[in-house]
Amino acid sequence: MTRIVVVTSGKGGVGKTTTSASFASGLAMRGHKTAVIDFDVGLRNLDLIMGVERRVVYDLINVVQQEAKLSQALIRDKQLENLYILAASQTRDKEALTQDGVERVLAELKAMEFAYIVCDSPAGIETGAMMAMHFADEAIVVTNPEVSSVRDSDRILGMLSSKTRRAIEGKEPVKEHLLITRYNPNRVEGGQMLSLDDINEILRTPLIGVIPESEVVLEASNQGLAAIRMKGADVSEAYSDMIGRFLGESIPMRFTDAPKKGFFKRIFGGAR
Amino acid sequence: MDLMRFFKSKPKTSSVAKERLQLILAHERIGRNANGTEIPDFLPQLQKDLIAVLSKYVKISAEDVKINVERQDNLDLLEVKIEINR
Repeated sequence: MTRIVVVTSGKGGVGKTTTSASFASGLAMRGHKTAVIDFDVGLRNLDLIMGVERRVVYDLINVVQQEAKLSQALIRDKQLENLYILAASQTRDKEALTQDGVERVLAELKAMEFAYIVCDSPAGIETGAMMAMHFADEAIVVTNPEVSSVRDSDRILGMLSSKTRRAIEGKEPVKEHLLITRYNPNRVEGGQMLSLDDINEILRTPLIGVIPESEVVLEASNQGLAAIRMKGADVSEAYSDMIGRFLGESIPMRFTDAPKKGFFKRIFGGAR
Repeated sequence: MDLMRFFKSKPKTSSVAKERLQLILAHERIGRNANGTEIPDFLPQLQKDLIAVLSKYVKISAEDVKINVERQDNLDLLEVKIEINR
């Protein structure tokens, strides 16, 4: 049974593409055949984050408009044999992304026996975002500990429960997961950043993971590697944990507490 | 610099953020019901009707009737607060 998972947030720049890349890579690393689709028509970036930008020949819109076969457009990851990437179109009009077309692509991927289809949503609430969430079975709502991001996530949660196919057809609702990214426990402790509990209390959505703020994310994207592939880094571990929880394992949250600073360090500072 | 920081506690802006969010989201959720679908904005009309009925029995003005809808896990809580002057 194929599961369709949308990675969404409403607000831009919170880490949707970073999360889509790491989530899809992580599922593939665990042996699940996974496809990840970039729905950001006109502003594709997943290909760059995953290091396949020079291998894009055909894209999602070409397949939707039947100018190319799905098998021609799917890019197989060079390291992870279970991972396939479908890029967004760089130039086309967003309206080219039709509901029927998307449904056909998803059906074809299902027929190819993908275990998971990860839909990387664009920011906003326009066509691309609505198409990315429409057929979802589960949703990962990416939120930063910051007021505008939390508000937009609330909006998106409302849409997941009203505008998706599951909602319209009155089926079991889309299973929602909250992923908090760019979390900085030091700033939370200092009272300068919303805490996990604050966000949880406001959005009332089960927490699937907390990704700490990290310089490694930039280093990973510089090289075209999903952050989860940065061995030993906190971000990579946090994404691995999140995937474990998604697959039903019970894993306690990590990287959510500020490291204890000694008295002298607090006074004289020192490397953080 | 760090010595100064140690003695001067920074203001806790996160609690301000939380309060502001709770307020605005409570307001924005009024437009949606428990399953996220838009609900007709009947609150102003309800308020008018309530005032009309109540004023048959007690002296009441528009500010005395406060209506709010709060989204809870799987239901909406309609809160009507009526103040009556003695």
